[in-house]
Amino acid sequence: MSVEIPYITKPRPDTGLTNGKLGVWLFLASEVMLFGAFFSSYAYLRAGNTWDDFAFGRPGIEIAADAHADEHADEHAEHATDDHHGDAHGEATAHGGHEGLSTPLQPSIPMATFNTIVLIASSVTVVLAWASLLLKNFGRFRLYWGITIAFAFVFLVVKYFEYCGKFAHGFYPKTSPLLGLYFLMTFLHVIHVIGGIIVNGYLLGPGSKMWKTDPERFTQRIEVAGLYWHFVDLVWIFLFPILYLLSG
Amino acid sequence: MSAHSPDEVKKEIKVYIGIFVALMVLTVLTVAASYLDVAIAIGIVIALLIATVKGGLVALFFMHLKSEKVLIYLSLFIMLIFFLALMILPAAMQANTFQHNAD
Repeated sequence: MSVEIPYITKPRPDTGLTNGKLGVWLFLASEVMLFGAFFSSYAYLRAGNTWDDFAFGRPGIEIAADAHADEHADEHAEHATDDHHGDAHGEATAHGGHEGLSTPLQPSIPMATFNTIVLIASSVTVVLAWASLLLKNFGRFRLYWGITIAFAFVFLVVKYFEYCGKFAHGFYPKTSPLLGLYFLMTFLHVIHVIGGIIVNGYLLGPGSKMWKTDPERFTQRIEVAGLYWHFVDLVWIFLFPILYLLSG
Repeated sequence: MSAHSPDEVKKEIKVYIGIFVALMVLTVLTVAASYLDVAIAIGIVIALLIATVKGGLVALFFMHLKSEKVLIYLSLFIMLIFFLALMILPAAMQANTFQHNAD
C-alpha cells in the first residue's frame, strides 16, 4: 500500500502551487540569504579598500604597481583607522587595472567572461529542455538537458584552470581577506554547480524513466530542477562583475 | 504557468531565444563598461545596473516570475526585505565609522 502525496502535479487550490514549486522557491530564497551574507561581507571589505590594500606586504604577492608601494605603506600607517583613504588611489588602480597585472583577479577576466557565456547558454538549454517536454518531444529534451550538463562541466574545467593560475601566483585563501572571500564565494558557487550536475545527471539517466510512467510529474521535476539551475546562473551574473570586473 | 498549448510553447521558445541574445549583448556591455575610464563608484553602479537587468531577465522569463502565483511573490518580498537589510549593513557600519572619526 502506498500513500499518495497530494499536490505533486495538481496545484493546491488555495495557493495555485504544487509542493515542488513552492518548496524550491523557498529554498532559493534561503540561498539568496546565504550568498547575500557573503556579498555583504565583500561590500564591507571593499568599501574604502582596493585589492592592493589587502595584497600589499603579504608574502608571495607580486604587485605590478611597485612604484607606489612606499606610498601605500605610508598611507596604511597614517590612516590605520581611516576608511576613506581608498577613494583617491582606488581610482588610480582602477584606471591602471587593465594595463598590467595589478590585482589577483584581473588576469581571470577572459576566463570568467567565457564562463558567463557558458552559464547563460546552459540556462537557455534548461528552459528549452523543459519546453520540449511540454511539446512531448522526449528526444529533444534529452539533447538540451545533456548539453546543459556538458556546459556545467565546461564551467568547472575553466574554473579549475582559474584556481590553478591563482595558486601558481601564490594567491591562496589565506593570502588576504579579499582573496579569502573570492575563493569562498566562487567555491560556494562551484559546489552549487556540482550539486546541479548530480541532480540533472540523475534526471537525464535513471530518473528519466519516470517520463514513461508519469510524464506530468517528470515535467514538474524538470521545471523545479531548472529553477535551481537558473538560480546558479543568476548568482554568477552578479559574481562576475563584482569580483572580476571591479577588481581594480 | 497555466495550460500549455503547443502554439503557446512555440511562442515561448522564441521569447527564450530573444532573451538569450539580450543576455549575450548585456554580457558584452558589462565587459566593455569595465574598460570605461570612470571613477570606481560610477563603475560599480554601471556594473550593478547591467547585472540587475540581466538577473531580472533570467528571473522574469526563464524562471517565469512574470506570471507567478501570489504566494511566491510574497515569499520573495519577505526575502527582499531581509536581503536589503543585509546589504545596508556594510554601508551603515561605514557611516558609523565616519561618524566615529568625525567625533
